[in-house]
Parts: sequence; C-alpha cells; structure tokens
Amino acid sequence: MKPPPFDYLRATSLDEVWDALDSDDDVKVIAGGQSLVPLLSLRFASPSLLVDITALDELGGISTDGDVLRVGALSRHVQVEKHPLILDRTPLLARAASWVAHAQIRNRGTFGGSVAHSDSAAEFPAALLALDATMIVRSRAGERRVRAADFFHAYFTTALTPTELLTAVEVPIARSGSSWGFEEFARRRGDYAIGGAAVYVERDPDDTCRVVRAGLLAAGPAPCLAPRLEDVLVGNVVDAGRINDAVRSAMARVNPGENVHGASEYRRDVIGEMLRRALASAFNLEEVA
Amino acid sequence: MKTRIIANGTAYERDVEPRRLLSDFIRQDLGLTGTNIGCEHGVCGSCTVLLDGDPVRSCTTLAVQVDGQRVTTVEGLADGTELNGLQEAFKACHGLQCGFCTPGFLMTLLPIYNEAKRLTREEIREVISGNLCRCTGYQQIVEAVELALNEAAELAETPPEEGLGRVPQESESSRDGSP
Repeated sequence: MKPPPFDYLRATSLDEVWDALDSDDDVKVIAGGQSLVPLLSLRFASPSLLVDITALDELGGISTDGDVLRVGALSRHVQVEKHPLILDRTPLLARAASWVAHAQIRNRGTFGGSVAHSDSAAEFPAALLALDATMIVRSRAGERRVRAADFFHAYFTTALTPTELLTAVEVPIARSGSSWGFEEFARRRGDYAIGGAAVYVERDPDDTCRVVRAGLLAAGPAPCLAPRLEDVLVGNVVDAGRINDAVRSAMARVNPGENVHGASEYRRDVIGEMLRRALASAFNLEEVA
Repeated sequence: MKTRIIANGTAYERDVEPRRLLSDFIRQDLGLTGTNIGCEHGVCGSCTVLLDGDPVRSCTTLAVQVDGQRVTTVEGLADGTELNGLQEAFKACHGLQCGFCTPGFLMTLLPIYNEAKRLTREEIREVISGNLCRCTGYQQIVEAVELALNEAAELAETPPEEGLGRVPQESESSRDGSP
C-alpha cells in the first residue's frame, strides 16, 4: 500500500509541463491526487515522473463568458459545489459536485482531475455530458476544444493525448425553460455509484420537451449518455408513461457489466431507476408509477 | 526533496522521497502518531487532518505536495491537559470504543464545531459519512457530535451582556482559539 518510487516536479509554467510531458511516456500529471494517489498506493500506476500543476494559477478560476460558464481545471470540488456562479447559472453541476465522495475529498480533489480521470462511476463526467459541455485542451501546439460527447472514450481513457492537458471546461449556462435532476445510488453516501443519472431538460412555454440529455453513472466502460431518450420525449408533453418508455428504451441499449457491486441485470435496474427518478424530478413529476 | 510544513504551529523541515504519503510523513518523520492509518486509499477517513484549515485525507496526499502549508493533527486539539470541547463531548457520550477512528472523526468535525453550527441528526450522519468506525459505535458518535455542536451554538448565541456570567472569556472559549 505504498506508492512505487517516482520523480516529482512542481511546475511553475505551462512550458515546464510540456517539457516534462515530452520527456518520457510514463509522465503523469497530478493536481489534487484524490484518484491518482490511491492508484499509486495500489500500484495500479507506476509513473516515472509526476508533474504537479497546482501552482499554475492560470488553470484555476470560475467565471462567466457570454453564455457559458468557464470552470478552470484546478477548481476544487468544494468550489464547484458552493460557488455562487455555478449554483446560479448551472445548478446541475453544483448538485453533481455535492455527490462527489466525502467532504475531505471534495476539499482537495480538482474538477479537471476528475474529468480527465474519466471514471464511468464519477459525477462530473455524467453532468458534463448532460450539459453538453466543451473541454478546453492545451498542448505546446496550442488549444483545441472537444465536446463532452466526444471526450470520454473507454476505461479511464479520453480524447487527451499524452502531451495534452485539460485546462478548463466550458459549461453552457442554463437557458430559460430548463430544469434538471440528479440521482445516485451507492452503498454508503459518498462512495462510488452503483448507478446514477444526471438529467438536463429544456421545455417550450407550452411544456413541450425541446431538449433532453442524461449522463449515466457506472453504465459502461466510459461515462456515457443515455441512448435514444430524445426519440421518446422530444416534441411531447412528458408524463410518467413517456418517462417509463424512455427509460425502458435506453436501458435496452446499455450494458453495465458485472462488477463487485452486483450482476449486470441488477446494475441495469439500478441505473434505470435512478434515470427514471432524475427524469421525473427534471420534469417536475411528483410520482412516476 | 526538502519538505517544510507547519504542524500544530511548529515548523518542521525534512528530506523525503516524493512517494512519501502525508500520513507517513506525519507519523514517522514528525513523530505525530495520533493520526491513524486505516485503509490507506481514501475510504475510511482515519487519517483525516486539517490542511490549511480544511479536512483532507492524509493518505491520499503526498508530503511533497503540501510543502509550505499548515497541517493540524489531533495533537493540536487539546490545550495542554485541557481537552477541546469536541473531545470532551466524545468522552462524555462514550463516542469512542477502541478509539482508532476517533482522531479522524474529530478532525473531520473540527471546522463545523468551530463554526458553532447546529445540525440535525441526519446532517451529522452526512458530515461523518466519510469516516468508518469498525466498532460500529455510530450512535454514541452522533450523540457526541450533537452535544458538542449544541454546546458550541449555545455559547455562540449567548449575548455577552446577558446570561448570568456566561460572558465567554477567552479562556472559556477554547474552540475559538483552535489552531
């Protein structure tokens, strides 16, 4: 339960980060370390060098820019959970943050670290998929932008190449007529999700559903969107029956696989139930039979 | 790597390997063995300390990462032989059985205690959800937290000009002078 030996560099500039990332294939970036240090202790990771980016002030900050909210990669989970701008402009993200592990971990873990780590059971990736966020990715060559739907690839694998750094995420500010829901089930509050869903909805003034997206927790190898919800819900006034149809259709297309928390069928049931409750909450339906 | 921290008000400098966990640094390099190590991968909360005033897991933090920062461990709670109010409440309510997890609980709760917030039992359970007690003594722990927070809140709510000598003197309100 002790990490293997590695070198450590506290970067004072992005150029130092690019030099380090270019120096060897086994270089890892560390910020809060709340996912990485346990992996080191369990010896699932054995990097040659850790580059600590926490001194790079340009990677922090939470601000609005037009119709998006920009969340710097080094924002701590607790800042995302409690920042007035996030609570006001994109409350689903604040709600998701409140479900991330325990307070001790939210005090130290970073938003960008959680996103780049890409755990399918994590809250931020699911929320960012629902919110159609954009990842800001930088390398020595410059900046590129990747939509959340194209960012999460497979087990702990994202669109980031080994010489790139996630520097910030742009989250669209919730529009008028929007609402949301977030539900998660775990054995102990704060533990990794057995299943969960983050839902974002927009409705027209006549209550017709215009947009619906749901990021699922622990539904597959990578954070993913619930499939085909829009086929059942968009263009309709949504009631309990339509939600049940949408959940059934989505769950027929996901395969959460078996793990220590239970068999595939059980986990699919849990995820479906969390999705059903999150949709009901987003559409302000008290009871969904 | 040279690593300097201020632990419970005392400055320390040690040469450590980058892979040294903060929990091992505190226990072995600084000799502050009140911080206990349970699961060593961020699940049980036994190793919780304050880092610049906020509770964090010392087993999921590298010592070199906190160079120049301020750490408070359970040794920093009592004032000489006088226990902190949280410690008193744990003692009064039998909020510890084997005591292994207790430092982690105390450090998790300290900022809330210092803020003198009143919490419901459900909120208390939520606050301590990141700390495991393998004796499963949670009922007494919840009672201890409730007692400590109520006492702290009462003290904070008492107007200084009223209250039959309940004027909080500096010596009386050790929670205000927590490290």
